[in-house]
Formats: sequence, C-alpha cells, structure tokens
Amino acid sequence: MTGTQAKRVAVHTAVVAVYAGLIWLAAARVDYAWNWEGVWEYRGMFVKGWLATVAISLAALVGSCLIGVLGAICLQSRRVVLEAVVRVYVELIRGTPLLVQLLIGFYLVATAVGLENRYVAGALILALFSGAYMVEIFRGGLAAIPRGQHDAAAAIGLSPWQSFWLVVLPQAARIVLPPVAGQLASLIKDSSLLSVIAISEFTLAAQEVNSFTYSSLESYLPLAAGYLMLTLPLSWIAGMLERRFHFDA
Amino acid sequence: MRLVLDQVRQAFPSADGRGGQVEVLRGCSLATDDIRSLVLVGPSGGGKSTLLRILAGLDVPTSGQVSFDGTPLPRDARGRLAWRRTVGTVFQAYNLFPHLTALDNLLLPLVHVHRLTRAEAVRRVQEPLARFGLAEHAAKRPGQMSGGQKQRIAILRALVVEPSILFLDEPTSALDPEMTAEVLEMIRELRDQGRRLVLVTHQMRFAKKVADEIAFVADGVIEAHGQATAFFEMPATPRLAGFLETVLA
Repeated sequence: MTGTQAKRVAVHTAVVAVYAGLIWLAAARVDYAWNWEGVWEYRGMFVKGWLATVAISLAALVGSCLIGVLGAICLQSRRVVLEAVVRVYVELIRGTPLLVQLLIGFYLVATAVGLENRYVAGALILALFSGAYMVEIFRGGLAAIPRGQHDAAAAIGLSPWQSFWLVVLPQAARIVLPPVAGQLASLIKDSSLLSVIAISEFTLAAQEVNSFTYSSLESYLPLAAGYLMLTLPLSWIAGMLERRFHFDA
Repeated sequence: MRLVLDQVRQAFPSADGRGGQVEVLRGCSLATDDIRSLVLVGPSGGGKSTLLRILAGLDVPTSGQVSFDGTPLPRDARGRLAWRRTVGTVFQAYNLFPHLTALDNLLLPLVHVHRLTRAEAVRRVQEPLARFGLAEHAAKRPGQMSGGQKQRIAILRALVVEPSILFLDEPTSALDPEMTAEVLEMIRELRDQGRRLVLVTHQMRFAKKVADEIAFVADGVIEAHGQATAFFEMPATPRLAGFLETVLA
C-alpha cells in the first residue's frame, strides 16, 4: 500500500470511528442501557433473515434483468403494441411507491391468482419493480452500441438473431454491468420493505428481536451493518467495473 | 462482373419528423462492361455510400433494379442475407467487434456463417494473416491496434470467406496519410490478384491506378461514367471537370 493510499484508509477509518462515537455519545446522553447479550441470543434469527434477504434479492435481480432485456428489445422493435406495453408498465411502476405495489400486488393480485407463497410473490413483485428501472438501463446499453456495429454484423452475413447474440449483447452486457451492480444494491435495500407483507427477511427479523428484547439500538444497528456488508462491496465492484470496461471501437 | 443499374431511387423518412421524405438517389442508371474494379467518386452527400449499401445488400432501394452478371439483386430480407453471405463489405470505421481479438473477429463469420470448425477456420486464416503482415496482431483487441491495422484486419475478414465481390466504403477516410497508404497498398494488391472490387473513395490518384471503370455520383444521380483514362483526361460534364480540378489540385 502506498503512502497516499495508507493515508486515505487512515482518514476514512477515523471518520467511521467519529460517527460510531457520536452514536455512543447520543446513547450515553439518554442513559441508554445497552443489552447486547440479550440480542446475541437471537443471532440465529439475524443470520436466517440476512440469508433470506440475499436469496430474494438475487432472485429478483435475475428476474428484473430478464424483464430489462426483453423490455429494451421491445422498445427498439418499432412495433407500436410492444412499445406501448413496455412504456405503460415502466411509467406505472416508476410513478408509484414500492410499498403500494407490494400491498396491491400481494393482497389483491397474488390472492386473485392463488399464489400463496409469500416469498415467491415478494420476489416477483420486487423483480417487477426493479425491472422497470432495468428496462431503462438496458435500453441505454443497447443504444450505446454504434450503428456501424450492426452494419458490420449484417455485412459478414450474420442473421438478426446471431448479430444480437454474438455482437450486440456481449458489448451491451459490459456497458450495463456497472449500473446493474448499482441496481442490485438498491434491490437489497428495497427488499427491506417486504417485511410489511410478513416475509421473514432481515428487517423483519430485527423488528422481531426488538419486540422480544426491547433493545432497539442493539437490533437495528446490526441490521444496518448487515446491509452495509452487502452494499459496500457492491458499490466497490461497480466502481471497479466502470473503470475496467472501456475499449476503443 | 457486369453491373447494371436501372433508375435506382432511394428515399429516407426526413429527420424533421413531419412525415416527409428525403430522396438521396434520384434515378441512378449505369451499365458496365465485364470489369474487375469499379470505383465510385463524387462530392460528399452525393449518394455514393447510399448506392454502395444497396449494392452490398444492406439496404433495399425504394425503386429501380440492380443486377450483377444478369442476376437481379433480391429485395426481400432473406434473399439479401444470402447475397451478403457471398460478398464482403468494409466500412469507413466500426468494422471490428471490440470485445473480440483480431483472430476471433476473423473466425466469427467462418465459424458462425460458413459452418467451418474452429480448427479449419484457424488454418484458413494463417496464410492471409502472414501474407499481409498481420500475424503479430492476431491476438490483439481492436482497442490495441492502430487504425490502419484495424482496417486491414477488417478487409481480411471480408476476404477469408472467399467473397465473389468486395465492397469498400471509403476505407481510408478515417485514417492518417501513413495508414492510408498501407491500406491502399493492400487494396491494390487485391486488385492485381484479380479480385472483383467496388470501391468508394476520395483518393483520386489511387482511383486512377486501380479502377477499370469509374462512376461520378453527384446529387443522387450518376453524372458520368467511363473507363479510367478517358474519365480523367476528358471529363464528360463541367460539374465533373470542376470536381476533378478541386480534388486533384
């Protein structure tokens, strides 16, 4: 590690320590009785909840990427019906809060189609929510490919499907990787809302531990740390990917 | 090859979105002898590239007929794909696929369009790579090559599929003089080997050396056409005379 890098790490660590110290000070001022032992007994619930959050977020990520690619292709298709279906979907989803989508999606739609499994319903609703943003990300990725690439692919005799699979998609995938990584981080945080439809993910686990132990800070601080454990590496990876992937056409 | 154009017109929707059309080719007609190389010259925006794209099977003319050796060019998408698989086209830029090495760029059409095995394809490209001094660049990505190297690899990629005709659309317009020379040298060598070429270029001296017949495309029509020597020594129209005077000055 070089001198400047070491200095940066030291300063960042110091700032984190200052924030931690401020929280401790605030707790001291209100005479907060720390009860870490009580919460430690429920560590199993935290771990299970954290794993559930990871699993649901990953499932929703896969689903939303599929929606994103299909939606972007529909928008480029120049077929009015396909364009309209995607546009209306995107505007509806982006214009309403996730909470509202969860409530309607679960208590109305899922019940109507007989989907009882909360986890599946939750992951689907989350995928549909994130998918609307993925459509824009993938549309931008596809549009960033120079027109000349499509011509070159056609010129060597690739069929439209071959052009897409061999030429366009590999390049678009590299372009969208950084924003998709960022979108995964958002998904992980947004999954905390699934707690309102009683899905046993990480946030609900913390709320339940709190109701058992009446130790709110000791429940919610680890909750925040657990999310940071997932989102910090993601934002680091996203930054690294952004720096890595550029090549001259 | 004998090329016959009969009143070829090409119109595009106008960019102002008001539903009008811009006519880029306004009735091109031409009949060549049985020649090896045809060069299209003319002012920018005159329609040369638009015409080349039609000849190469990338676009369909709005009306009019194109025939090579008596066979009309197909107008349907499937027919044009089949035509494109028998010819090769090189553009001014953005020919190569940046996510693949030069070698993989060369192998792509051989493996995915012409159904060679990878081993057969690698064998086929060895000799041309060596002959044109490009073997050392085979493992590089386009981002690591100079403009001249990229264009020469692009020409190679068009060649290794054994095309019946090679179309080149201003292959040196994006290159500096030194790289222009190395690309022109390669094209001259191909022409001396007897390759059938249709070339769009601004390089007048080169056109004089390489063309069997030249066509002057301006304002969407073929204003003048003839054998190379006569074309330059006795310009058929004042417009052509003026054009030649400017570019050969």
